[in-house]
Amino acid sequence: MKKKVTYREAIRAALRQAMRDDSRVFLMGEDVGRYGGAFAVSLGLLQELGPERIRDAPLSESTFLGAGIGAALGGMRPIVEIMTINFSLLALDQIVNNAATLRHMSGGQLSVPLVVRMASGGGRQMAAQHSHSLEGWYAHIPGIKVLTPANVMDAAGMLIAALREPDPVFIFEHATLYPLEGEIEEKIAPADISKAAICRVGKDITLISYSASLLKALQAADSLAKDGIEAEVIDLRVLRPLDTATILASVSKTHRAVIVDEAWRTGSFAAEISAQIMEQAFDELDAPVSRVCSAEVPMPYAIHLETAALPQPDTIVTAVRNLM
Amino acid sequence: MAEVPLSSAPKVEVIKQDQDREHALFLLREMLRIRRFEEKAAEVYTLGKIRGFLHLYIGEEAVAVGAMQALTANDRIVATYREHGQALARGISANSLMAEMYGKITGCSHGHGGSMHFFDISRRFYGGYAIVGGGLPVAVGLALADKLQHNEKTITACFFGDGAAAEGEFYESLNLAALWKLPVLFLCENNLYAMGTALDRAFAQTNICLKAQAQGIESESVDGMSILAVEAATHRAAEAVRSTGRPFLLELHTYRFRAHSMADPDLYRTKKEIAEWQVRDPIKVFEQHLRERGLLTDADLASLESAIAHELDEAVQFADSSPWEPVEDLTRDVCTPEAGKS
Ligand SMILES: Cc1ncc(C[n+]2csc(CCOP(=O)(O)OP(=O)(O)O)c2C)c(N)n1
Ligand SMILES: [Mg+2]
Repeated sequence: MKKKVTYREAIRAALRQAMRDDSRVFLMGEDVGRYGGAFAVSLGLLQELGPERIRDAPLSESTFLGAGIGAALGGMRPIVEIMTINFSLLALDQIVNNAATLRHMSGGQLSVPLVVRMASGGGRQMAAQHSHSLEGWYAHIPGIKVLTPANVMDAAGMLIAALREPDPVFIFEHATLYPLEGEIEEKIAPADISKAAICRVGKDITLISYSASLLKALQAADSLAKDGIEAEVIDLRVLRPLDTATILASVSKTHRAVIVDEAWRTGSFAAEISAQIMEQAFDELDAPVSRVCSAEVPMPYAIHLETAALPQPDTIVTAVRNLM
Repeated sequence: MAEVPLSSAPKVEVIKQDQDREHALFLLREMLRIRRFEEKAAEVYTLGKIRGFLHLYIGEEAVAVGAMQALTANDRIVATYREHGQALARGISANSLMAEMYGKITGCSHGHGGSMHFFDISRRFYGGYAIVGGGLPVAVGLALADKLQHNEKTITACFFGDGAAAEGEFYESLNLAALWKLPVLFLCENNLYAMGTALDRAFAQTNICLKAQAQGIESESVDGMSILAVEAATHRAAEAVRSTGRPFLLELHTYRFRAHSMADPDLYRTKKEIAEWQVRDPIKVFEQHLRERGLLTDADLASLESAIAHELDEAVQFADSSPWEPVEDLTRDVCTPEAGKS
């Protein structure tokens, strides 16, 4: 039985299901309980599941993230919510120096089955301390998995899948996607978190994107189709480990690629994908790989400036036309 | 130069408790093992067989040995990069520690960690953490797991230095442990220095117990140069944590006789200050205490020393003759293999 829900409700349903199915699972973060979550994801769960499992934490990102690591080592399956990706920088010590290293540094004795969720991205006029897309930084780190659900099914299914992983998994929920509608099953199945997805089949060019930018890439593909350009659109879904096979197979078919990434261009994840294509499918290319990224500016507040800073369907269309 | 707060460390009633002889000799042996292990490590380091950072524990042995006596096999331990003493006192073999420092696969962390990152999960030794303060949140989480799983008798002992008390994670961790009533025993090894920065050059308030009080945590200040004082205080503190389920902080006043690490020329303190502290050498003081009571003879000491020398020679031999991890396995332990998934 399918039901229609928002992205936000889908995550809530997955949280509820996970906690009902496994007594080791609990949620911990700032304002996840009484407040209901800064993005209302966990709204009502405190009343259903109680304060032990929907655990309000003080403003100590580094320490409650580290406590998540310790609790995972101690036999629990914690889910840590960090309000937004910009605040996660206060927890980077625990993430990079502990969560990602403990397995290797202990010679394989430890596993850290920790799930960390946070909102990321711009487009809501939240300015330069609440709007960035730093997923690519996380994807740089060996020892963790990086998931970026772009639809309602993935929002729910990826959380269930993440809880089955023995190593730390980071889920980046784009803040503009929370009201997005879609369908989930009554009983949420774990999503496949090993593969990218082809969201639209095409033969002329490959648009590679993830998270909220994917929706813009799909809009761009629609308008390109009106002019007879059939774009194939890939949702990366998982930034680490990256499913390069799907990218390379598509590029080998279309011979052109544009990467759409909300992060800044310099040193970006888009650069990584471009390099992978260049290294592994150079002979397949009929044009240089192109990137549509955010402008190199801290996110501005004013609407016209923010719009100009972010990738938009028309900038994607222009990038495609320049390659044809 | 830091004022040596001899007076701020509580004067332990010059060790008047009667210990049974066997236990006393055990404590002495454990401290001596650490001392000789560290001397051996320094020696092997100068031969180039141990590389990277090497932080010696010489002078602080009473802290690890005394504290460890209050912990059960189920308790969990989180330590720092200066953790050789804790690891030995917890029962991790000198062989596997020496091999770890050599970078051999037979090391307690398969040679992935070296001197600063000893792990042994079979002994609930959750590692040496080399980001100052970085182990405290993990200790809080381990204790949270025990609380949530109703492991009522289990506590987590978290060792850290005075320097760590300047980090935000220290205050956050103490607050979280107190707020959530978690069974963490915070063990602050106050050796008066964080590398070359003396306590009073780093803190406006140098009393670490007061910092604990400000976070709502009970605390006690202990003479960390006295094995019996440390042992007794840790028993009390651990018992408090076990019975209340709440955190406790012990501030252990101690001193490192050697430089911060093998790379440190030790320019920031005087020879006089070091000499003053060496008078309080925890091993010498305890030996003297036992001799005065007729519990230790020259022959006892000689036999302890020879057993330890033998153990350490063997450890070096073991490390020397152990194999390296095959390079093909370089990335094997980055993620858990498929088979490990639940
Ligand atoms: C976050 C961080 N900052 C700086 C360092 C470099 N460093 C290593 S040990 C140390 C001193 C720590 O002193 P303390 O906590 O008192 O421990 P001790 O070495 O005296 O045992 C410093 C500054 C580090 N490892 N981590
Ligand atoms: Mg110190």
